Amino acid sequence: MTCYIPGQPVTAVVQKIEIQKLRQGDRLILGFSIGGGIDQDPSQNPYSEDKSDKGIYVTRIAPGGPADVAGLRVGDKIMQVNGWDMTMIKHYQALKKLTKPNEDVVRLLVTRKSLEQAVRGAMGLQ
Amino acid sequence: MPRQDSVTMDTESTYSGYSYYSGRSRGSHRHGERTRDRHKSRSKDSRSEKSVTINTPPAEPLLGDSSVRGEPVQDDNWGETTTAVTGTSEHSLSQEDIVRITKDLEDSVGLDCRRYFTLTLAVILGLLVFLTPLAFLVLPHVLWPDKLQTCGTACEGLFISVAFKLLILLLAVWALFFRPPRAALPRVLVFRALLAVLVLLFVVSYWLFYGVRILDTQDENYQGIVQYAVSLVDALLFIHYLAIVLLELRQLQPYFSLTVTRSTDGETHHYNLGQLSIQRAALAIIEHYYCDFPVHNPALLSASKSRAAKHLAGLKVYNVDGEFPAAQAEGPGNNSGAAAGLAQSQSRAMIAAAARRRDTSHNELYYEEAEHERRVRKRRARLVVAVEEAFTHIKRLQEEEQKKAPGDIMDPREAAQAIFPSMARALQKYLRTTKQQHCHSMESIQQHLAFCITNNMTPKAFLESYLSSGPTLQYSKDHWLSRQWTLVSEASVTSGLKDGSVFLLKCVDFSLVVTTKKIPYIQMSEEYIDPKSHKFVLRLQSETSV
Repeated sequence: MTCYIPGQPVTAVVQKIEIQKLRQGDRLILGFSIGGGIDQDPSQNPYSEDKSDKGIYVTRIAPGGPADVAGLRVGDKIMQVNGWDMTMIKHYQALKKLTKPNEDVVRLLVTRKSLEQAVRGAMGLQ
Repeated sequence: MPRQDSVTMDTESTYSGYSYYSGRSRGSHRHGERTRDRHKSRSKDSRSEKSVTINTPPAEPLLGDSSVRGEPVQDDNWGETTTAVTGTSEHSLSQEDIVRITKDLEDSVGLDCRRYFTLTLAVILGLLVFLTPLAFLVLPHVLWPDKLQTCGTACEGLFISVAFKLLILLLAVWALFFRPPRAALPRVLVFRALLAVLVLLFVVSYWLFYGVRILDTQDENYQGIVQYAVSLVDALLFIHYLAIVLLELRQLQPYFSLTVTRSTDGETHHYNLGQLSIQRAALAIIEHYYCDFPVHNPALLSASKSRAAKHLAGLKVYNVDGEFPAAQAEGPGNNSGAAAGLAQSQSRAMIAAAARRRDTSHNELYYEEAEHERRVRKRRARLVVAVEEAFTHIKRLQEEEQKKAPGDIMDPREAAQAIFPSMARALQKYLRTTKQQHCHSMESIQQHLAFCITNNMTPKAFLESYLSSGPTLQYSKDHWLSRQWTLVSEASVTSGLKDGSVFLLKCVDFSLVVTTKKIPYIQMSEEYIDPKSHKFVLRLQSETSV
């Protein structure tokens, strides 16, 4: 994760994850749970490094579900969903962007600490 | 020549003295011109306060011969000599004075004879009731003392019981019935009358039995006679219990909710009463009225009355076409009908015209009220400051200090008189602005000030009775003008209250409109909550599954 300086653009190392929605009855599910949002309490977030980070985080992954298969991990911070920004968004609005009924695929950009470390490590090697 | 007259008419700015068949006309200059153009053949006399030219003698009315209309000839000078009747205030103080005078007269005449009549009846009944058991006990000793058996211990014990029961009965009757009367009600109180009749019947039947079975046969069993007397006293105590339940307890439970509205300013209050007759409910309401309703201030109503007068005064109806002559010619029989039809069409015309014209009186009202509000607030601020300052000038002396005080020592009345002048002006101006000046006299204000000083009240407490208008009880006896109330009701006043019954309590200045509503039957059910069922959990960040 990168530190957040108010007013400055956020830079992060992200991974593209494409999840195919699974049809269950009359609902399309993705198989994970999200928490966070600008209308939530950021200090309760167990996964964030900066406790004032109000971004959307993945809190649970249903094992064997579409998200698990696509490579999403618990504690990931979602930066974008299908091009929609997720760093400054309300919880309910993030939900709506993920669960649009006429979309079968969601393309997420997620970031996690291990990615940063991997990139730094790769740069350090060079 | 009429032309000449029109010139003189033009220079006049006041009313013209034209007599018009419909009554006094104080038409405008323009109106006079119009009538002149219509009736050029007539030479008119035009007079006003300023002009002194008299062209023709003022013998004939405007429109032709008066004989056609059968109307008395109106003098053209008629308009000048009549005095205008402006909207006098019907609620001026002079009316209150009149009422005060008549009230003194009424007090002396009153319903005294009826009250004394019922009082004597009650006393006679009471004496009869008390002396009966004693008579029962004494008569055998008087009439056949030799035949009588001696009274044993049981019998003497019964004497004590009779004595104490009679004492209790005496005290109970005194407590319940011999209280100073609160009011003179229009009709007899039904329950009391019924109880009196019951007691009378009861006592009479006991006497009958006594007379037939004991006096005639001269029974020797004295103990039996004493027991008979004891049973009488017991039964009387039970009748007294019945009286308490009927007269006092039955109306304690609230059953009806009454809404009382004052007709002049709409002040409304609600009271809960039990099952009472209409006259007793009216009495309860009047007693509440004196405590709860702010005093009736006729000066506050003058604004709306003047507005109403202005609405009507702005329009005048003139009947230009000759409808009226035809009605007159047909004779007096048709006159009233034609006149009524005429009045109706006139009022309809007025209503239509009033609706059509652009009425800006609402604007005036708004600004007037805003201005008045501002003025009242300013005066109130000045008053509060003046009173607070006045109160700082005096100090209460403690016991020890009283011996060695520097200046003169004053009692409360003198202290009040000393500080009153500094606040008198501000107080008077405030009372004038809020139109309360006739409620408080100088003497009463000083008395109140002395009272407040004596009881260590703050300036704010002193001012409270002037800043808001209190209930009628607060003011001097003059304001209790209406101790004579009239109960106006469609149902009989001794009948009980019913849901939806309406009655009026009229007094001289205003009336109270009372409507009744039954308190609904309340259906209450219970729900049990186990105290252990109150459990809580912390609400963390909301986590939603997708």
